[in-house]
Amino acid sequence: MKIHEYQAKEILRQNSVPVPAGTPAFSVDEAVKAAEAMSSDLWVLKAQIHAGGRGKGGGVKIAKSLEEVRELAGQILGMNLVTHQTGPEGKEVNRLLVEEGVDIARELYAGIVLDRSTENFVFMVSTEGGVEIEKVAAETPEKIVKVWIHPEFGLTIFQARQLAFALGLEGDQVKNGIKTFMALWKTFDSYDCSLAEINPLVVTGNGQVMALDAKMNFDDNGLYRHSNVEEMRDTSEELPSETEAASYQLNYIKLDGNVGCMVNGAGLAMATMDIIKLSGGEPANFLDVGGVANPETVSRGFKLILTDPNVKSILINIFGGIVRCDRVAQGVVDAMSAIDVNVPVVVRLEGTNAKEAATLLEESPLDFLVAISLKDGAEKAVEVAQE
Amino acid sequence: MSILLDKDTRVIVQGITGKEGSFHTEQMIGYGTNVVGGVTPGKGNQTHLDLPVFNTVSEAVNNTDANASVIFVPPPFGPDAIMEAADAGVELVVCITEGIPAADMVRVKNFLHRTKTRMIGPNCPGIISPEKAKIGIMPGFIHKEGSIGVISRSGTLTYEAVYQLTELGIGQSTCVGIGGDPIIGSTFIDLLGLFAEDDGTEGVVLIGEIGGSAEEEAAAWMLKSGFDKPVVAFIAGQTAPPGRRMGHAGAIIAGGKGTATDKMNALRDAGISVVASPADIGITMQQQLEN
Repeated sequence: MKIHEYQAKEILRQNSVPVPAGTPAFSVDEAVKAAEAMSSDLWVLKAQIHAGGRGKGGGVKIAKSLEEVRELAGQILGMNLVTHQTGPEGKEVNRLLVEEGVDIARELYAGIVLDRSTENFVFMVSTEGGVEIEKVAAETPEKIVKVWIHPEFGLTIFQARQLAFALGLEGDQVKNGIKTFMALWKTFDSYDCSLAEINPLVVTGNGQVMALDAKMNFDDNGLYRHSNVEEMRDTSEELPSETEAASYQLNYIKLDGNVGCMVNGAGLAMATMDIIKLSGGEPANFLDVGGVANPETVSRGFKLILTDPNVKSILINIFGGIVRCDRVAQGVVDAMSAIDVNVPVVVRLEGTNAKEAATLLEESPLDFLVAISLKDGAEKAVEVAQE
Repeated sequence: MSILLDKDTRVIVQGITGKEGSFHTEQMIGYGTNVVGGVTPGKGNQTHLDLPVFNTVSEAVNNTDANASVIFVPPPFGPDAIMEAADAGVELVVCITEGIPAADMVRVKNFLHRTKTRMIGPNCPGIISPEKAKIGIMPGFIHKEGSIGVISRSGTLTYEAVYQLTELGIGQSTCVGIGGDPIIGSTFIDLLGLFAEDDGTEGVVLIGEIGGSAEEEAAAWMLKSGFDKPVVAFIAGQTAPPGRRMGHAGAIIAGGKGTATDKMNALRDAGISVVASPADIGITMQQQLEN
């Protein structure tokens, strides 16, 4: 799960990671009021969307007077912000972060992620702050310094010191850097984060080591013990159909193609998308209906897929194991009798009671295309989508 | 022959009195698995499905001589259940539970390094040595005893691959679902090592998916170790968009890393037969065996 920068900074502030003074604003008046309350003569207005690259897209502005705060807040709020991460369609800005200007001496990078190969979390820093870390990793990997966090002892002081010196911190900055790194790891650990990225991490004129930007992602599997994080979810950042799917505990991801698919199991769902593509079509979605493909989940699946007007056919691919194919077939028949499915449906059921399922589908008055294999199913679904 | 599991393996079920635990215990027994007992804290001294129930894994091991355990408990209790089994000296622990936080698995793996326990999963269908025994939730009847090993990060996609093999008359030695999470008990390399040493395994089907670099590491390992049995590999998620988690917690292309293309190339470079279509897994293995 992702949260906004202002939410991440609030968490960091509460956990002793230095961040600039700032307040979120949902309207121009709120933005001006927030700026007034800060004893500053320079403010930064930052569009709050989940995508990165906001500065380049015109979503981050500096104001030197309250009048300018009003004018710029009016420009940013409601704008359609396009960045390399939003895609060409962009994202409407509804929230703003108003921050006090910071006296920046150096721009650095700090981040924590899971390193799947070593099965530990890794703390990375770089002197190349304010640029994309993937770019640094690809072009000048020697400029990224890493320490691996011990599963029992966490980040140790000596490791934090290594990071501080690797960044060329001096004098009081070293002590401040160590404090910031230790606090950042503690926050990451206690919130079940999957990623924390501070880019840039800045050294201020008076030697503080501060998070000027903040990105925090959370392990979805850990959310059950962090209801306070779950409350920060901004559903306006998600597609309504995906939010709805999640509320039914279905995994649905919308894609750009026109062949919808409904599958049990995530791996098979991906493989089904792949074979649709190999058969000359484009998948319209990823949808894993899970182990229990009953009439209710099947009918929800249909409704989700049909929210996408691009869908021209639907492939149902169920491999029955514990779940019996004839019950799934009954679910499909019931769902299609209850809701209006106005595109051709190709059904491929294999596994437990597949023969009974085929008979059930053939005897139903509804119009199905029954496929005899995964390949056959994909080819039929692609063919009818093109008609 | 088989790896990890056969008719003599003595299995206990952690969470045996729960709905899932009960259902799959019956299925496992029906398939021929030697289930010797179960564990549900607070229900010790009871009998469930004609099996003795114990309060702790160590009690269960002391009383039944179990050497394998399968875990059907909710995610908040999964990590503790794995460690309890390892602490009791269980040699093989299979965790079916989906939804364990990655940070918990980091700590669990650290714990396991000090024990002799081999762990499979979490978030996996389990292990089956066809016509001998199964530990997990896969449908037994699609399998057939034979000489192909199967290793997969997926559930139903594994069934699909196994079904293709069985339809072609190609049996399996052991099929292992290693799990769809970012941190898992045993990797492709661990299982390839076991299949390399198993005389009853003539070839291996490897089913990977996007996310992480386990497939690339497996490719490098096979080259280096001179793994000489034919391998057919399929990678799911060739059409998956970057930055999105495709159902499995571990199936995500992050920062441009973990794409299907990278994995397929790495495997091809190691001389592995990589199929683009999931429908070609069985037939390609058949061709490999005929060569």
